[in-house]
Amino acid sequence: MFDLSQYIDVALVWYVLIATAVFLYVLLDGFDLGVGILFPFAPSDKCRDRMMSSIAPFWDGNETWLILGGGGLFAAFPMAYAILMPAFYVPIIVMLLGLILRGVSFEFRFKARERSRKIWDYAFHFGSIIATFSQGMVLGAFVQGVQVSGRSYGGGMFDWLSGFSLMTGLALVFGYALLGATWLIMKTEDITQDWARRCAGYLFAYVAFFMGMVSLVSPIMNDHIRELWFSRPNIFLLQPLPMLSVLFFFLLWRDIRHKNDNRPFFLSQGIFLTNYIGLGISTWPWLVPFEITFRRAAAAPESQSLMLAGTVFLLPIVLAYTGYCYYVFRGKSSHDSTY
Amino acid sequence: MLNSLDPTVLARIQFAFTVSFHILFPAFTIGLASWLVVVEWRWLKTGNRLYYEIYRMWVKIFAVAFGMGVVSGVVLSYQFGTNWSAFSDKVGNVLGPLLGFEVLTAFFLEASFLGIMLFGWNRVSPKMHFASTVIVATGTLISAFWILSANSWMHTPTGFRVGDEGLFYPTSWLEIIFNPSFPYRLAHMTIAAYLTTAFVVGGVGAYYLYHKRHQAHARIMLGMAMIMAVFVAPTQLIVGDLHGLNTLQHQPAKVAAMEGLWETRKGAPLVLFGWPDDDAEKTRFAVEIPKLSSLILTHELDGEVKGLKEWPKEDRPPVGIVFWSFRVMVGIGVLMILTGLAAVYLFFKKQLFTTRWFQLWCMALTPSGFVAVLAGWIVTEVGRQPFIVYNAMYTADAISPVAGVQVGLSLLAFVLVYFAVFGAGAYYIGRLILKGPDESDRDGEDNKAYGSHGVSAPPLVSDLVSETGDEHV
Repeated sequence: MFDLSQYIDVALVWYVLIATAVFLYVLLDGFDLGVGILFPFAPSDKCRDRMMSSIAPFWDGNETWLILGGGGLFAAFPMAYAILMPAFYVPIIVMLLGLILRGVSFEFRFKARERSRKIWDYAFHFGSIIATFSQGMVLGAFVQGVQVSGRSYGGGMFDWLSGFSLMTGLALVFGYALLGATWLIMKTEDITQDWARRCAGYLFAYVAFFMGMVSLVSPIMNDHIRELWFSRPNIFLLQPLPMLSVLFFFLLWRDIRHKNDNRPFFLSQGIFLTNYIGLGISTWPWLVPFEITFRRAAAAPESQSLMLAGTVFLLPIVLAYTGYCYYVFRGKSSHDSTY
Repeated sequence: MLNSLDPTVLARIQFAFTVSFHILFPAFTIGLASWLVVVEWRWLKTGNRLYYEIYRMWVKIFAVAFGMGVVSGVVLSYQFGTNWSAFSDKVGNVLGPLLGFEVLTAFFLEASFLGIMLFGWNRVSPKMHFASTVIVATGTLISAFWILSANSWMHTPTGFRVGDEGLFYPTSWLEIIFNPSFPYRLAHMTIAAYLTTAFVVGGVGAYYLYHKRHQAHARIMLGMAMIMAVFVAPTQLIVGDLHGLNTLQHQPAKVAAMEGLWETRKGAPLVLFGWPDDDAEKTRFAVEIPKLSSLILTHELDGEVKGLKEWPKEDRPPVGIVFWSFRVMVGIGVLMILTGLAAVYLFFKKQLFTTRWFQLWCMALTPSGFVAVLAGWIVTEVGRQPFIVYNAMYTADAISPVAGVQVGLSLLAFVLVYFAVFGAGAYYIGRLILKGPDESDRDGEDNKAYGSHGVSAPPLVSDLVSETGDEHV
């Protein structure tokens, strides 16, 4: 059978690919979920129309990365998928329900009459918050570790619930809101943009606070993470990452004040990237922290090899036409580019 | 209380509920996307505004249905893990790549180009817009290809071996992807999707004709739908028969349940109606046609057909639901074929668009495709029980280590949210249909007034030659 594992480390490649897919999901759906989080606070209905039409052509493609994250995990690391999903049963179901509410609001809102439009505005807002908060909780619970017995989940119904996961849930809500606000700075004008700039200012402070908290609490809470980051020589080797994060924060703070349109969005993405890499380092090489490594969870080499051969060919095409779609809808969005 | 509930039963109910809701949307959008390709092509080719207005009306309906299909589909991709983790763990090596390829080859394609299809009218050239419609339609078909391949493998698993800890390993990808029941299921389902759409479009056309609204548009809708009923509905009969013969070869217990046959015998009768009784092991009040079942299944009057008693009681599917769902599906198929025949007759009498009873008939059949699709899926999925992977893995061994209360409460949440959300979706689709195609800007030059959302009109084909500047790229 077709098998690439004698030439390259297929399991490692898949670990990186899945991590990348999840990260792209966070970046892309992050900003449109963020727009949903900010939605009811916008100054006027016209602003809301404009916010909506800035993301309407993209949300569906963005959410597809979530399916790739889930489907990819199933395909490449079925054992990890089979352990993590039951472990995070409740937050995942809640996330899915949130995503349903906000997803349909895009279409329904355009079709609704004045009064019922309000319902969908709020469905969009609360759906976005619920989905984001659940994702944040899953993230926190993931970092805290998952109980395993044999090849399946060994913990209880509410293992994911803790002070830490509540905090990461909240942190992600502010994080996505920052992505959303900086996206709006880039894609809108006039009062919507001014308002987004003000939002980005507050959110910046919250995100900085929460990221500080998470960085502080994780090593205190978890021996493995403390060992990893504060033992020699790691403490020196890993130093550039937090430094880079601080630099992005500084540049973002300057750009929000100095009225740059495009850069804040990419700087907030940079902040997410440094944090995400930090998370990857903290949990390396676990795919089910701190029980199952990505190697142990890997699908059969022939399965991973087939998928990899296809992905090497398909992923660049996907990225190319995703880019094309962003290019088609480039520039500032107007109130009325609905259909 | 809830804790005493069996998680396997609840998980099955939950999956049946979410997947049944989901399949309604693809069954509609697969056909609708392909039909929109035809309509847009007619518009570009003829420059006839009617086609353009029909497209704009139905693309809105498509958007609503597609959006609901996406969000209900995301749920499924996570449910495999939340509720069926033992299944995911064991067959991941085999089915994982198929689902992965579905995301990479289909979902991204559909999701990305749908944006252009809906919002790109004045941002891309008409050719690029048409290309987007074609790409979205192709995406829906590619998606059907992969998911039906995965589903068919669970019915007729080939190309694998079972290794340590009961894990499945692939031995031949070609045998896995093109497993024995896959070609039949793919053809059967794709045609079913096309017929579902045709009868929705035809029913809406008939409704407009009946109420004497949008008559020019309605003739196109009803006419195109009837072309499908005339040519495709009979094709489905043949494909369905072939699919049934394939099932007889690989899953004879399912066919025995469909036929309501308990005893293995030569010259088996066709049971038209009856009441299968699992406990008594016979079909009560059976109305039979002698020897017909043998004739259909073996193409011989005295061919042997296996009865359900060939299998131990615990390996038989529940018979009643399979038996009845099969009759509902076939019955609707027959009604569709009759509709096609009536359409041909009325067409040659030149009364296709004016016959009142036929309009009422088509309106009544508007939801028929959905019912038939659901019934067909019930036949095939319930009919393979008690296995999740036929003859290789029991459904009861596939469940996650979760408590009944979790599955029960999430089922309740899904039921509430689905009925509220998809009920609203159906309402909005209904309103779009009542509103009909927008004829307001036929000859006006004022682009601002175009449509209901102030979108500027796309260029007409006659203007295309001169307009190739930046505006359209």
